[in-house]
Parts: sequence; C-alpha cells; structure tokens
Amino acid sequence: METSLRPLSPAARRGELLVIIPAYNEAANIAAVVARVKEQLPAADVCVINDGSLDDTGPIAAAAGAITLNMPFNVGIGAAVQTGFLYAYRYDYPLAVRIDGDGQHPPETIPFLLAALAAGEADMVIGSRFLAAEAETYRGTLPRRIGIRVLAGVISTLTGQAVTDPTSGFLAAGRAAISFCAHEYPHDYPEPEARVLMHRAGLRVREVPVAMRERAGGVSSITAARSAYYMSKVLLALLLDTIRLPRTRRTGYEEGAAASADRDR
Amino acid sequence: MDRQTLFGLVVTLGILGVVLELVRRRRLREEYSLIWIITALALFVLNLWNAPLNWIAEVTGIFRPTVLFVVSVAFFLIILLYYSTVLTRLADQNKDLAQELALLRHELEQLRRPAADAPPEEPPAG
Repeated sequence: METSLRPLSPAARRGELLVIIPAYNEAANIAAVVARVKEQLPAADVCVINDGSLDDTGPIAAAAGAITLNMPFNVGIGAAVQTGFLYAYRYDYPLAVRIDGDGQHPPETIPFLLAALAAGEADMVIGSRFLAAEAETYRGTLPRRIGIRVLAGVISTLTGQAVTDPTSGFLAAGRAAISFCAHEYPHDYPEPEARVLMHRAGLRVREVPVAMRERAGGVSSITAARSAYYMSKVLLALLLDTIRLPRTRRTGYEEGAAASADRDR
Repeated sequence: MDRQTLFGLVVTLGILGVVLELVRRRRLREEYSLIWIITALALFVLNLWNAPLNWIAEVTGIFRPTVLFVVSVAFFLIILLYYSTVLTRLADQNKDLAQELALLRHELEQLRRPAADAPPEEPPAG
C-alpha cells in the first residue's frame, strides 16, 4: 500500500545536532528563536518546520538561516514534529532537540538536556516545568495545570514511571528515539501519547527540571474552547494505545534503516 | 404486492440506479461502489423473499414490519464504518505525502542553489 521512495541524493551525515522547531503562524517569534538557538549552539543545524502558516513564518525562518521545511498545508503539530525527526533520521543526525517556535523553551537550557542525554541511561530526555522550582518557571493557567496533573496520573499509571510534565514538547533525543519518532509519532496532540508509545517500545525516557516562559507573542494553538476536546482526545488515544498495534511506516531508507538499527543497539 | 414491498423495491432500485450512474460518470470508483451494489441487491431480494426477515423477527423479537428497516440500517452502518477506515488510510497517506513533499522540496532547493564556494559559472556563449 505504501510506496518506498528513494532518496534524491545519498543521506550523508549533515551535522551532529539538529534542533527541530515546529512553527505555525509564528512570524512574530521565529526569527528571534532561531537566532537565540544559533547563538547558544553555533554548531547545531536549526530545522524549522513551517506547518502551512498563513503568515511569513517560512521566509522569515529561511532568512534567519534555518533549514526550512515548508509543509504544503497544515498537517498538525504531530506530523510537523515528525517531519523534523524524519529529516534528522534521513541525514543521520545522532542528536535531535525539539523546542517550540513561540519562545517558551529557552535555548540556554538545551545544553542541560543534552548533558542529561549524554550521561546515558536515557534515549530521550524531556524538560519538565514541574520538577523546576515554582518561582523560576511558568506553568500555565490553573485549568491547564489541572489537566496536566490528570494526564500525568494516567501516564504514570500506564508506564509505571513518575511522569510530571506529559505535555512538555521540550526534549532531546538520541538515535534510537529519533528513529522511533521518524517511524511512529502521534497526530494531533502528540506529547502525552508519545510518552506511552516510547515506553512501550522499550525506550528509556527521563525528565529533567527546566524553566519555561510564557509565550513571547502570537497566539497559542490550544484555546480554552479546545481544552475539553484536547483532554478527551488524548485520554481516548492513551486508552486505545493499550490495545493498539503499532503502525509501521516505511521511511524510504530501509537499507540505511537496517544499518542504523544495528548501530542503535 | 403490499405498499411497503413496493416502497422498498423503488428505494433499492433507486440506490442501484444512482450508484451505477456515478460509476458510469467516473464519479465513484468500482471498488467503493461494490459495497453499495451488494447492499442494494441484498435489500431488493429481502423485499421479495421474506423468510430471512421472518426468522430475524422471531429470533430478535423486533416488530416484523420494521425488520427490513433495521436490516437496512445495519447495512448502512457497515458502509459508514468501511468509509471511516478508507478515510483513515487516506489521511495517513496524505500526511506521509505532505512530509515527503516538504523534505524533497527542501532537498531540491539545496540542489538548485549554486554552492557559495563553487567557481562562478561560465557566461553563456554569444
């Protein structure tokens, strides 16, 4: 059913670290976010996934020096993030970091995440607002905190691990996690579900405390009216995932995939 | 022939006619028309041959004149569910294509862009 597409050119290693930034209508923030990441991590490649923005997010990101992947239409945050992981996977980056395009994840903290990943014992490290001291970090509005608490409880139960910030999109991934996310990543509100899927795939996920900020400008994609839908959708997905078979996606680089799977061990 | 039978025959023949016409105009693929044709034919037959309906009425206790409608609803639910699975497949493929397109477009832009450190191109002769 699915086609296996050949690469246009050999997927040679591009760099050591790819910073994945999904962005939808972030023209107001994206240049500053890209600049801050480049300032912090001059050696990193910055990859902005412009998810069908109606504003100039794409050209602005490209002008700021980011590898800019323009989705032909809005595919949603999950598929946008996955596109970044696909890029990292195909160009064989050993490390990938994902931050939001709205400036709420401070790039200064990325080295801290990478250090935790390098320390071993984890395939993915996720920044948690709720492990950081309360005075230092923004944790969202009260209803959102309650929702996060509920999700954290459900996911902790399902995975048997203490999960404090299931909606955090601030993460660092090694090869095994990059490969997993390139092949299988949830759709609409991916972060909580990804935690469970990765746990089930035998990947080790660790949380580390990070401070987050209130978004710098623009509008959050999750409005109050959508919150109820968010909670029901995510809870349903989490429950269905307990009985669901994995979706196997062909990424078009299967020979390379076999080789890198060996390397992941 | 009672009025309910007549009504059923008209409706099922109507569905069949519309489906075949859509296939003829290439507005509906054969693979997706098949489930409609089977449904229309099955309901057409059940209109004329009542034994299965009587049996269902007896087993389930459903009021006999409504059994045909209950059976129709069951058929239509199966069609809807089937189309939901088709939609899911299309949505997944759509997403894969969008991702592939974004990656390939970027790769193409990279290839088309003259390398900054490459020697300048020869000016066209004449």
